[in-house]
Amino acid sequence: MDILRFITAGSVDNGKSTLIGRLLHDSKAIYADQLLAMEQQSRSNAAGCIDLALLTDGLRAEREQGITIDVAYKYFSTAVRKFIIADTPGHVQYTRNMVTGASTADLAVILIDARQGVAEQTKRHTLISSLLGIPNLVVAVNKIDLVSYSRDIFEQIVADYQVLIKDFGLKSVSFIPISALKGDNVVSRSTEMSWYNGDTLLQVLEQVEVKKSVNLKDARFPVQYVIRPQTEELPDYRGYAGKIISGIYRKGDKVIILPAGTESTISKIETASSEVDEAFAPQSVVLQLSDAVDVSRGDMIVKKDSVPAMSQELEVMLCWLDNKPLTIGAKYLLQLNSTTTKAIVTGIAYRINIETLQQEPEPGQANLNDIVKASIKTAIPLPHDAYSRLRENGGAILIDENSCATVAACMIQ
Amino acid sequence: MSKYTLDYLDQLESEAIHILREVAGQFEKSVLLFSGGKDSVVLVHLALKAFRPGRLPFPLLHIDTGHNFPEVLAFRDSLVAHIGEQLIIRYVEDTIKIKKLTEPAGLFSSRNALQGNTLLDAIEEFGFDACIGGARRDEEKARAKERIFSVRDAFGQWNPKLQRPELWNTYNGKIHPGENVRVFPISNWTELDVWHYIQRENIELPALYFAHERAVMEHQGNLMAVPDAIPQNQSQTILKKTVRYRTVGDMTCTAAIESGATTVEAIIAELTAASTSERGNTRIDDTVSEAAMEDRKKNGYF
Repeated sequence: MDILRFITAGSVDNGKSTLIGRLLHDSKAIYADQLLAMEQQSRSNAAGCIDLALLTDGLRAEREQGITIDVAYKYFSTAVRKFIIADTPGHVQYTRNMVTGASTADLAVILIDARQGVAEQTKRHTLISSLLGIPNLVVAVNKIDLVSYSRDIFEQIVADYQVLIKDFGLKSVSFIPISALKGDNVVSRSTEMSWYNGDTLLQVLEQVEVKKSVNLKDARFPVQYVIRPQTEELPDYRGYAGKIISGIYRKGDKVIILPAGTESTISKIETASSEVDEAFAPQSVVLQLSDAVDVSRGDMIVKKDSVPAMSQELEVMLCWLDNKPLTIGAKYLLQLNSTTTKAIVTGIAYRINIETLQQEPEPGQANLNDIVKASIKTAIPLPHDAYSRLRENGGAILIDENSCATVAACMIQ
Repeated sequence: MSKYTLDYLDQLESEAIHILREVAGQFEKSVLLFSGGKDSVVLVHLALKAFRPGRLPFPLLHIDTGHNFPEVLAFRDSLVAHIGEQLIIRYVEDTIKIKKLTEPAGLFSSRNALQGNTLLDAIEEFGFDACIGGARRDEEKARAKERIFSVRDAFGQWNPKLQRPELWNTYNGKIHPGENVRVFPISNWTELDVWHYIQRENIELPALYFAHERAVMEHQGNLMAVPDAIPQNQSQTILKKTVRYRTVGDMTCTAAIESGATTVEAIIAELTAASTSERGNTRIDDTVSEAAMEDRKKNGYF
């Protein structure tokens, strides 16, 4: 069995939390006691409907305001697949939490309110999904019951959305008319829309290919920790612990340790359970080398047949996540896998206007939730790949040294 | 299926090991919170895998409330002796004495809230900068909101409105002196995942998790362990029932469930068919209010 990680995104009040509640409820993944608690707490109880959003809005402040502030993770499984859902906030001010959920997603469900059509947050969330390289998008046109299950309205929204994404290069996008509140086309097929012949949302989730963006070609092994027991039995044992983020490693492979460029050979591979001849992404393993070379946390062990780019100059698409703006010349820490280095932002080429999706050149600074193209200089040469080619070695974060906060998501170009 | 695909249990295991190694790589003085319950037993199992054949780079810490099941304490000690790692124990009883704290009254009152004090004191005493815990997001709606690396301020508080963005598998462990990070390597595991893993790895657990005959008392529809001393004005009947525990916390707030499941296989079958959640009919401390867990977490509980 495999796992599909997906997010729900869209504007406030488009019904994301309700959709997740519906998905879990109709696939029998809500326990009786949780249902009872929701019934007791439902405030909008007029129609006898349970407020399904209560299932994911787990914080006091969220229930008070009826909004989602931070990501809630929910789990369910069917006979086909296991699912990890990140229910992400719709409010612009909490976009950073949407980015958090999106960064590990295989699929995004973007909700659009049938009465309102494509909104600013639809654009923002589609742009973020595209920037973060989420392989599959499902556009769920929700509250279709409130527009008399109108085919025309659904098709108009599909057409508008297709205009919006024409330059995004998204590969897999599907559209489903749903009512999260009433359950149409979520788990069960709607009886109100004979004109819709496509899959229900659950069918899409079960069938979509998890092309686990796992790249098995370019071998990348960031060293997290050096294991040295220094016991009587194992006086000289030196194992490099880490997770293979891409590629395959075999015993006997010739490897290069970056950034130093030292060469060696893999003499032994141990997984969590046993010694093996080969290991692949995303396994956590311990590698041993045939030579006593200098390797420490932050180094990357790669193979000669595919070497990442090495430089101190990076071009990145950057999503700014902090209240304090990014200014040119500011210094940060940049963390890419197990490497952390000092970095300086040397320029901001353009900002993407969310409303028009046009590039605004040289904005001078980036404010909360801005998406900009920036150049960064790092203190040490950094082995990296383009995010679009190898997500695992192209996504870096910036950390404010003073506040210790994570202030930006960087997708290396 | 390609031969280069990982089964979901292997994916979860690899993710947890990666997180444990990040703790070892990023922090100076980390600790693993260990209670002897199934989640923390799985956590220790994963930690041994992450650092073998080396030693664990952190000690284990148990906050002993004084209301633990004796079987669990015995299990805790034998496990620690078996793996030969360091166990630190700090007692809520001592905190109550030293700080002259008022204990909640009543037959099934819990020391849950007080436990936070002892934990925060221990963090301060040893200067721990990272505390690894076995909390899972599927347990409870406030826990569903947790980051993998979750920052606590100098007062041990969680601010759910101001959590750090957490991108990809890159965990930012930078903190100011006095702050600490709570780390949850099995965040993405469900109760069933834990049991499937216990089965696959043949992990030993306290006998409490398996069905056995036991003296219990009924309290608000829950089957509670019989307290050592029953106040004279209480007139509950003591019943003999075949039960097991789905979660193991304090005797005072953890309820047993009627069950005939004596093996891991039988437990998995029972859970697959279960109509109530793990904490739903087992933890009376969660039902105090709608935000009981969130409020405890904000105050330093993990």
